[in-house]
Amino acid sequence: MSTIAQTQKRGFAGTVWEYLTTVDHKKIAILYLIAGGFFFLIGGIEAMMIRIQLAVPNNDFVSAGLFNEIITMHGTTMIFLAAMPLLFAFMNAVMPLQIGARDVAFPFINALGFWLFFFGGLFLNLSWFLGGAPDAGWTSYASLSLASEGHGIDFYVLGLQISGFGTLMGGINFLVTIINMRAPGMTYMRMPLFTWTTFVASALILFAFPPLTVGLFMMMFDRMFGSGFFDVAMGGNTIIWEHFFWIFGHPEVYILILPAFGIFSEIFPTFARKRLFGYSSMVFATVLIGFLGFMVWAHHMFTTGMGPIANAIFAVATMAIAVPTGIKIFNWILTIWGGSIQFTVPMIYAISFIPSFVMGGVTGVMQAAAPADYQFHDSYFIVAHFHYVIVGGIVLALLAGCHFYWPLMFGTMLSEKLGKVTFALFFTGFHLTFFIQHFLGLMGMPRRVWTFLPGQGLETGNLISSIGAAFMAAGVIIFLFNVVMTQVKNVQVGKDPWKDGRTLEWAIPSPTPFYNFKQLPLVRGLDAYWIEKLEGKTEMTPAEPVGDIHMPNNSFVPFVISLGLFIAAFGAMYQVDDKAWAIPVLIIGMGVTFGAMLFRSIKDDHGYHIHKEDLLDDADKGGTR
Amino acid sequence: MKQKLTKWRLLTVFGLLTLVLSGCGEPFLSTLIPAGEAGQIAYDLMILSTVIMVGVVIVVSIMFAVAVIKFRRKKGDESIPKQVEGSHVLEIVWTVIPILLLIILAIPTVIATFDLADTKAMDKKNEDGTTDALVVNVRASLYWWEFEYPNEGIITSQDLVVPTDQKVYFSVKASDVKHSFWIPAAGGKIDTNVDNINKIWLEFDNEKAAEAGNIFYGKCAELCGPSHALMDFKVKAIPQDEFDQWVTAMQSVEESTPTDPEAAAGQEIFNQKCLSCHAVTAADERPEQARLAPNLTNFGDRELVAGILEHNEEEVKNWLADPEKYKPGNKMTGTYGELSDQELDQLAAYLMGLKVEQ
Amino acid sequence: MAAEEKFTPQTWPASPEQATLEGKNKFLGFWFFLGGETVLFASLFATYLALKDSVPSDSHAKAADLFELPLVFLMTMLLLTSSLTSVFAMYHMKNYNFKKMQQWLFITVALGLGFLACEIYEFIHYYHAYEHTFTSSAFGSAFYTLVGFHGGHVIFGLGWIITLMIRNAKRGLNLYNAPKFYLASLYWHFIDVVWVFIFTVVYLMGMVG
Repeated sequence: MSTIAQTQKRGFAGTVWEYLTTVDHKKIAILYLIAGGFFFLIGGIEAMMIRIQLAVPNNDFVSAGLFNEIITMHGTTMIFLAAMPLLFAFMNAVMPLQIGARDVAFPFINALGFWLFFFGGLFLNLSWFLGGAPDAGWTSYASLSLASEGHGIDFYVLGLQISGFGTLMGGINFLVTIINMRAPGMTYMRMPLFTWTTFVASALILFAFPPLTVGLFMMMFDRMFGSGFFDVAMGGNTIIWEHFFWIFGHPEVYILILPAFGIFSEIFPTFARKRLFGYSSMVFATVLIGFLGFMVWAHHMFTTGMGPIANAIFAVATMAIAVPTGIKIFNWILTIWGGSIQFTVPMIYAISFIPSFVMGGVTGVMQAAAPADYQFHDSYFIVAHFHYVIVGGIVLALLAGCHFYWPLMFGTMLSEKLGKVTFALFFTGFHLTFFIQHFLGLMGMPRRVWTFLPGQGLETGNLISSIGAAFMAAGVIIFLFNVVMTQVKNVQVGKDPWKDGRTLEWAIPSPTPFYNFKQLPLVRGLDAYWIEKLEGKTEMTPAEPVGDIHMPNNSFVPFVISLGLFIAAFGAMYQVDDKAWAIPVLIIGMGVTFGAMLFRSIKDDHGYHIHKEDLLDDADKGGTR
Repeated sequence: MKQKLTKWRLLTVFGLLTLVLSGCGEPFLSTLIPAGEAGQIAYDLMILSTVIMVGVVIVVSIMFAVAVIKFRRKKGDESIPKQVEGSHVLEIVWTVIPILLLIILAIPTVIATFDLADTKAMDKKNEDGTTDALVVNVRASLYWWEFEYPNEGIITSQDLVVPTDQKVYFSVKASDVKHSFWIPAAGGKIDTNVDNINKIWLEFDNEKAAEAGNIFYGKCAELCGPSHALMDFKVKAIPQDEFDQWVTAMQSVEESTPTDPEAAAGQEIFNQKCLSCHAVTAADERPEQARLAPNLTNFGDRELVAGILEHNEEEVKNWLADPEKYKPGNKMTGTYGELSDQELDQLAAYLMGLKVEQ
Repeated sequence: MAAEEKFTPQTWPASPEQATLEGKNKFLGFWFFLGGETVLFASLFATYLALKDSVPSDSHAKAADLFELPLVFLMTMLLLTSSLTSVFAMYHMKNYNFKKMQQWLFITVALGLGFLACEIYEFIHYYHAYEHTFTSSAFGSAFYTLVGFHGGHVIFGLGWIITLMIRNAKRGLNLYNAPKFYLASLYWHFIDVVWVFIFTVVYLMGMVG
């Protein structure tokens, strides 16, 4: 049928339209990758400005107010707009293929999730041009954020609210996909670890984002509509915000790190040619980490004055998380033990991840000791700790994932040579930047300081840290160069480019057909493709005869729904200034959103079918697109 | 026995740390050179956890390095390694050992948590409402600190004065946005909330204080606005008898006209432009909402101007001429109009003359 | 395909809402969504309990001054009954009786509108009699946010059910819209359950002080 032919040739405008309306998880993955990558660069530039400002005492590279805006946006951007979307990119690109699905459960919702995130992120970053960015830190503690002048915090509240809805939808979508869409034979205990971690992270999203939503609503009402949740004079209480933020914020850490663990759990077995050691205990540990992640939020608030009983309970609960995390670390080491290790770029990242992350993990346990945390809290020790976890865990995973899954997403292979240069620069820079910060904190440097005075013994450490940051920046630039070069050369590498692929995603022809699997594969055990390869086969055994495939239609509606909220947010924000146009804009925006939802609800969308004959034709030509 | 073991561990690690660090920061600021009991409790726990965790890192790193080096793929090696599913024994081992390590850490953690939260002495009130324990009410405002001694009936700002070798109890709060009260060398921090009062105790050893020159640095440890980084204060830790003298001196300060004509002119300007927010007697009767700016009774004795500038007339003048330049976002800027050079000289002379110490 | 197919009561599957993969996905996804909504309301309840009766001065109304049982009891009855009628509607949906389903849904909507009218009256009454508003105190903010969020859900639920009724009035049931009806009714039950908690935690506990 024409649908296959349609996907083959398109002009530039056609491609743009395709991406604006796509509901294909593989294309949405690319959208997430591009948007997340873009925000990652913005966050990185902000990071560089922070380090330049703090390179020497009494520096005046940026002003005090601007510095607070930069740190706030650096944290917010990196967590919400870079790390999460980039992980979502891999979840979208890989997870449906890993479980042998033709698509996710809700392709439409998948697209909606992306556009909500994108417009939320865009809205947040527009604050730079519209009177100043938020300046109360990414935690935006209530007393300061209510006192903050201008619209910065409004951008934070509304932008995160919009992108948060998108994330929530993505989470539900992945949960249902994994439960309902697995290929025949893909039992829960045969699912690859990346799928498992996606599953647990999605469950965390489902239960962690509503408290943030409520907190953001209350902040929005307080700032824009005159309520008194956090206004002590009206009987409000600012500590409520702290609780909600961290009830969300702590699981958020695991939402980020679990998929990162998942990526490494795929890389280790592949390049050690050995199955994951202790698969079932890895799954158990993942679930346990997810569960405990909800029990420990108040360890971010040891100095808030909750009293010794609460502090002691949360201290002990926090320490408990070290146990399942330890299990994971040892399982990874035992996976490569006795294996045959090939030092590809993804594997180098994976190997360097272990000591880096362990260092971040152990400082986490140190902070769990509440009385010691009274000293660590809000000092540079904390900054060092969470960068060790986030950069040493998540960013290394993202870089590893880029190299590892690039062939799956784009059909090309990133340069190994440049990849190693990037690694060397980034890894050196990372330790140089953050290791010394532990000691800066212990020597009495509070975090979020715009400058520091000379004569306090803090000069050398800060200078070293700033030099390290430059190395990291250089690494990222070379990585970008690598991406551009690879795509310009466009050398297609074909199926199973790493040769040692173990899971279903590597069993598909490259580039991946838009319907993923012509016939759903029959899964016969963990590492399904590896099992077939050991028996000398090159393809999966099909679980069904070739038949018609039902596909969803593209839709522009997700874009419109998100755009409506984007417009409404401006109205909600500027009605505070009594601008005459604000309320109408708010109404129009909400009208666009609800109108689009109504349209979606009223207009039937049954999708279309790819017919059997076309599929057979297609197979003769060898792949599509 | 356990204590002995901890002591022994402490020694080794202390040695190691000094080697690695070749210094632990400045004695007036660093958490690694604790100045008293509260700091020591936190420090001991930090060291205990560091020892355990460094041990973990070393074990993991060695295992890991061996694995990586030993099992490299040889060129052209296409063999498939043995696919091992797992090992129950190993898994139990690396579940139980961390649990044991954590128990070793958890017990002192819980004990120390309750020790540091023990502020019962503050509640033991005498008949007249005073306490035997030394209590200081700390109030944090945008970029300055107020210290009220309710038993002694005096108020000071920016420079906290405490006696050594005894527990000092603090009850802290904030008057505008949330701050956090932190004297790194003396012990852990506590947030100054806008909603409620938090309590904490600290202690300063006489010897340690002497080593640090009797002055410790205090910091605001919670982002509070543009000048968060500059919201420093100083702690003068002095022996009990000196402290008592200081209290008496503070209590006896009364408003008086300075003899120096320059300073007297300064006082006139001060009374006109500054007195509505500041005060120059330690017994400020106004309610705290009316105390909008630091108490300047002993301004001449201060360590630094505004917590950050060197303590001399020149800097006082600089500060008065344009506070915004030194502490962006402060609440003093623009409240008193332009000051001429002459007025600045007179004000500086007056302010530097506000002393209680001989 | 199956989604558009015409059925008779005999060929109509036992669980029409889960007869197709799309239906199954929606069914499961919606349950997850309700899980998230539960956490959302739990957070709102927590906020309400934390801020209950925290008012700037004693001249402001507190919970014990405000609430009156008769009205709230009426509202509770309206909503509980509407939940029951939506069960009837789903019973007829499962029996492929479109007309009866529509009738019961209509009654559900009418009861829901009745509830909404009472709520609006209640809010107006608090405003006029006690000057208890969203911006008068932290207690007011928390109260109106919790109850108002629920009211917002009622409005959305009504809009949803009405849209479904009108959209499908002419064409009857099929496997494409059966899951939609089912989910709308599930949503309605959820709203009802939340109200039971509001009734207990806010009103009953409020009245005893």
